[in-house]
Amino acid sequence: MSETVLEARNIVKRYGHVTAVNSADFDLRAGEVLAVIGDNGAGKSSLIKVLSGDVIPDAGEVLLDGQPVHFKSPHDAQQAGIETVYQDLAMAPALDIATNLFLGREIKRKGPLGSVLRMIDTKEMRKQSRQQMDELGITTLQSITQPVDSLSGGQRQTVAVARAAAFGRKVVIMDEPTAALGVRESKGVLDLIKRITGRGIPVVLISHDIPAVFEVSDRIHIHRLGRRATVVRPQDHTMNEVVGIMTGALPPPPIKEEVAS
Amino acid sequence: MAGSLKTAEEEAPEAPDTSGTRAATITDHIFRNPVLGPLGALIILIIAFSIFTDNFLSVDNTSLILQQSVVVGTLALGQTIIILTGGIDLANGAIMVLGSLVIARLASEGTTHPLAALVGILLCGVLGLISGLIISRLGLPPFIVTLGMLTILQSVSRLYTKETVLVDNGFLTFLHNGGYLFGQFQITFGVVVVLLSVAILHFALTRTSWGRHVYAVGNNDLAAKRTGINVRRVLLSVYVLAGLLYGLAALQSFGRSPATSPNIFPTANLDTITAVVIGGTSLFGGRGTVLGSYLGALIVLVLQSGLTQAGIDPLYQNIVTGVLVIAAVALDAVTRRKAR
Repeated sequence: MSETVLEARNIVKRYGHVTAVNSADFDLRAGEVLAVIGDNGAGKSSLIKVLSGDVIPDAGEVLLDGQPVHFKSPHDAQQAGIETVYQDLAMAPALDIATNLFLGREIKRKGPLGSVLRMIDTKEMRKQSRQQMDELGITTLQSITQPVDSLSGGQRQTVAVARAAAFGRKVVIMDEPTAALGVRESKGVLDLIKRITGRGIPVVLISHDIPAVFEVSDRIHIHRLGRRATVVRPQDHTMNEVVGIMTGALPPPPIKEEVAS
Repeated sequence: MAGSLKTAEEEAPEAPDTSGTRAATITDHIFRNPVLGPLGALIILIIAFSIFTDNFLSVDNTSLILQQSVVVGTLALGQTIIILTGGIDLANGAIMVLGSLVIARLASEGTTHPLAALVGILLCGVLGLISGLIISRLGLPPFIVTLGMLTILQSVSRLYTKETVLVDNGFLTFLHNGGYLFGQFQITFGVVVVLLSVAILHFALTRTSWGRHVYAVGNNDLAAKRTGINVRRVLLSVYVLAGLLYGLAALQSFGRSPATSPNIFPTANLDTITAVVIGGTSLFGGRGTVLGSYLGALIVLVLQSGLTQAGIDPLYQNIVTGVLVIAAVALDAVTRRKAR
């Protein structure tokens, strides 16, 4: 059994009288794709936001590589090596691909030009962007200097994923990466997910797209009523069973020993 | 983002990638060189007026237009960086006026001129800081905050002095009188200062991380925040820098006249918005250039000057300017829609 990279214990998050996350657990192993599925309102978004630093939990603890961490902002989580691909992609559409890849983390020129004048090294950023695209086998982007608003939805998703892959040293979290995409483009994103785990970085995939979840995930975390109902392996269940557990039509099976961390 | 919400039909597998086609390349080109539009318009106007009027391209007239561009041009630079973040500043003229009154009064009451100038510029910076703090910390809409600042500062200026303040004649007139002669053609120091300001700001916006962050905040502030950019600090820096530029404009205003009053440049806020819009900067933020805004200021002046030379009633000139503003905004809206 491989080691746990990211772990959450007894997370609670309330919004007024609504308890969005009710003592939820979570664990992510090294090198795996963990799908997180759940009905609307099950609290999976809130749980994921806790992991990405977007939301501060009311109770519970988050452990990264076994060490407790307390993220106060997405920036903290990024510093710790956790990158999130948001559903709205978090891009500046008028700026080009390379700029968006390095947004907020620009490479500065060497010497006083960079440290005093804060001049950016556009050439180096473009070079590294191209390298990153090549490493991920991304061929759908024509030029790294294209503005993002000239890209299709799938291409934008690709850029967002590439950014997360470039900076996610520990974990990459993706929120509904295929929701807005056509069949062919979804396939491209799923291939990208596999390539990221091929680098040894585990991926958390939040998705409603059950066939996609079955295609790429190693384990499926099923969230229901604010907590983790169970964790299953796709090979042990049919899609209908998983949907049944998710909606409450079927009782959640206990977590099998080889599936648990 | 509408682009990410394209449906499967729009993204048909057999649809070829159109980004490489000629049309897309031309759009790309305009995107990357947004100055081309206003520059082209300016050149066309200059050519047209030199054909249809006798005096337009004379040395005197062109020098005059450049000198007239100094104050509104400098104010427009501050307005541009604020609009780039998705904001707007209705108080820039009022800030500049108060700055100029303080400078004039200090100078006429015996404060050394450089010190008076420094106090005036810093005061304008502080006024920008106040707007910036309210907008970035409380998250209030810039339109309302600066409207309030405008109303307040207009009264403060009149409370400070009701009359015209005259400084002695030598004060800062080198901005207007000094400079470089190219034959008969004079580039005054004031013009040099505004051109330098354009160049420095252009550099800062295009070559530094600060500049990228300004555009990112205007484009999509949530995205900027999520990528770790300190959005509040960027906003604050923009309003302070704009304030300092208004202070510089206050100083520049003495280049043309050694006197100032609470009534000078009454429509500076609207004039700068006009210049910014004609210069191709999007009022929605995230797109535009300071160079464009300066060209926009020149376009308005060239239009006014040319139409005057052609003997056209100033009221018609304003109609033309208004039409130009709407046309520029329409063009921006169309390109934005296409971009999505």
